[in-house]
Amino acid sequence: MNYKLIFNIAKSLLLARWKQTLVAAIGVTFSITMFITLLSFMTGLNDLLDGLILNRTPHVRLFNDIKPNKHQPINSTVTYGKDYNFINSIKSSSSRQEIYNSGAIMESLSKDANVMGLAPKIIAPVFFNDGSIDITGVINGIDVEEESRLLHFNEYVTSGNPLDLKNVSNSIILGKGLAGKLIANIGDVVQITTSKGERFQLKVVGFFQSGLLEFDKTQSFATLGTVQKILGKPNSYITDIQVKLYDIKKAPALAREYTQLYGADAEDIQTANSQFETGSFVRSLISYAVGITLLVVAGFGIYNILNMMIYEKMDSIAILKATGFSGTDVKRIFLVIALTIGLFGGTLGLAFGFLLSSVIDQIPFNTAALPTVTTYPINYNPVFYLIGSSFSLITTYLAGFFPARKASKVDPVIIIRGK
Amino acid sequence: MSDIILEARGICKYFYDPVKVKVLNEINFSINKGDFVAVTGKSGCGKSTLLYILSTMDTDYEGELLIDGELMKGKKEKQLARIRNEKIGFVFQFHYLLNEFSVLKNVMLPGLKLGKYSDTEVADRAMEKLKMLGIENLGMKKANQLSGGEKQRVAIARALINDPLIIMGDEPTGNLDKKNSEIVFDIFKELAERYKQTLLIVTHDQGFAANTHRIIEMEDGKIIK
Repeated sequence: MNYKLIFNIAKSLLLARWKQTLVAAIGVTFSITMFITLLSFMTGLNDLLDGLILNRTPHVRLFNDIKPNKHQPINSTVTYGKDYNFINSIKSSSSRQEIYNSGAIMESLSKDANVMGLAPKIIAPVFFNDGSIDITGVINGIDVEEESRLLHFNEYVTSGNPLDLKNVSNSIILGKGLAGKLIANIGDVVQITTSKGERFQLKVVGFFQSGLLEFDKTQSFATLGTVQKILGKPNSYITDIQVKLYDIKKAPALAREYTQLYGADAEDIQTANSQFETGSFVRSLISYAVGITLLVVAGFGIYNILNMMIYEKMDSIAILKATGFSGTDVKRIFLVIALTIGLFGGTLGLAFGFLLSSVIDQIPFNTAALPTVTTYPINYNPVFYLIGSSFSLITTYLAGFFPARKASKVDPVIIIRGK
Repeated sequence: MSDIILEARGICKYFYDPVKVKVLNEINFSINKGDFVAVTGKSGCGKSTLLYILSTMDTDYEGELLIDGELMKGKKEKQLARIRNEKIGFVFQFHYLLNEFSVLKNVMLPGLKLGKYSDTEVADRAMEKLKMLGIENLGMKKANQLSGGEKQRVAIARALINDPLIIMGDEPTGNLDKKNSEIVFDIFKELAERYKQTLLIVTHDQGFAANTHRIIEMEDGKIIK
């Protein structure tokens, strides 16, 4: 096929109506620009919100839940063991919150090929004493380095150095809200009372701001050793093992496996935070829907302009056909016109979309809840650009297809004789 | 036998709207190489209809049409387009030049479509045809900057570009003043006599027809002479 000639004719037809062509191309440019900007911004926002929770949530958490014992004595009896027994007023057993044999579990986990890393943790409920007032709170005993590496702990410490927890003995990092209640500054000493009634004094070395206000009003962090000391437990005492995996999708399956393997409860991130995934999904869906609607509207614009062009160029189509151009050739000419509009408008749209999202990326966005964020979040995912460009081509192709088919079916005899 | 370029065998054509009317009735004739034929007749006698059937653009007819010994019936749209491109040149009552292109490009288009020669060769040949018709100075102008007579001459050059077996004309002088009609007729005459070009011209201009080599006269869908 003589594509050079077809491109040549398409070019001439396009340039002869360059104003219409421009309007059509601007339609595509606008829609692609908005598509890219919308998705980049929306996904950026999604990532930010997800990060609030998901970054700080381990993929699998091993712990001992407080719950009734599964093995009730009646089920072990020979007589009734095989029956279905209804037991009333069952109570949770006073099992320890400690994970049994935590050292061996951690060693075995760290050898697991699926595991990126693990951070042991102790959760200890305490009272913060401020004069005559006791404020309930939680001290999380953590391994500062692992917690920072796997769960971005350091990013949320707004003042003070997180490593001071390790370097200063009996130190604590308070949640910003909690510090406000205690009127504690860095360097001050706060007094706590454990649930067993023992009193301790801890030095404040930093403040912590997670973005979740309620969370910051109760939480504080100290090293594993400090918390073990407060609770009067040996240094093997650990209540949680937080596991970060290479592939987050394997979390539910691995959680089940670990439950079996280590005899502890295991909770995966999907179960713990399913609402976040749903929220992200719906937000993305809306962005895609709006973007695609814009593109479809632009497609109708192209369809109209091509249709008009075909009515205008009826004579030209007739003579092209009379002098030996087949219907397919004519169709190709109009498809090339449509695709040129799509390609040109789409490419510009990608560029403008990138520019616009860069501009949004520069707009200051300061909120007390998000200490690490200073401008609006933008996700520059190349996938959006790929979707945008392929979609601009697909819509313009479809918008061009029907007019082009109409053009290919023009009967030259009717046109020429009709004069 | 090989001299016969176009042959019509028992061609019948009906119009269906609003009622079935037979517009062509058993048309039989043939055209030899180098013939300069005029088809005349009153308005509505079916002469244009016949021309469009002979040109392969209208495929809805009964009977057989042979161009260059090849039967046209049953050929696909693409094949017919190829035959029109290669073997038939058209001159219509209206020039049908593409305003988006220069005169030269207009003449070149069917040649480029044929793809037998390179682009520069086609340009040379187009220039040659324009020169032959005495309008080589118009080559770079846009088609809509030309006068009616000039446009028709460009259309003739376009018809000639692929050295067709036959040139078909549908009232080629119908839209021109007397002076331009004469120029166009003289061109046809010269093409026929000097270049032995086969021509089939539909016209109602008796003066035009009288000067051709052969007249086919039609009445009510039949050839009467």
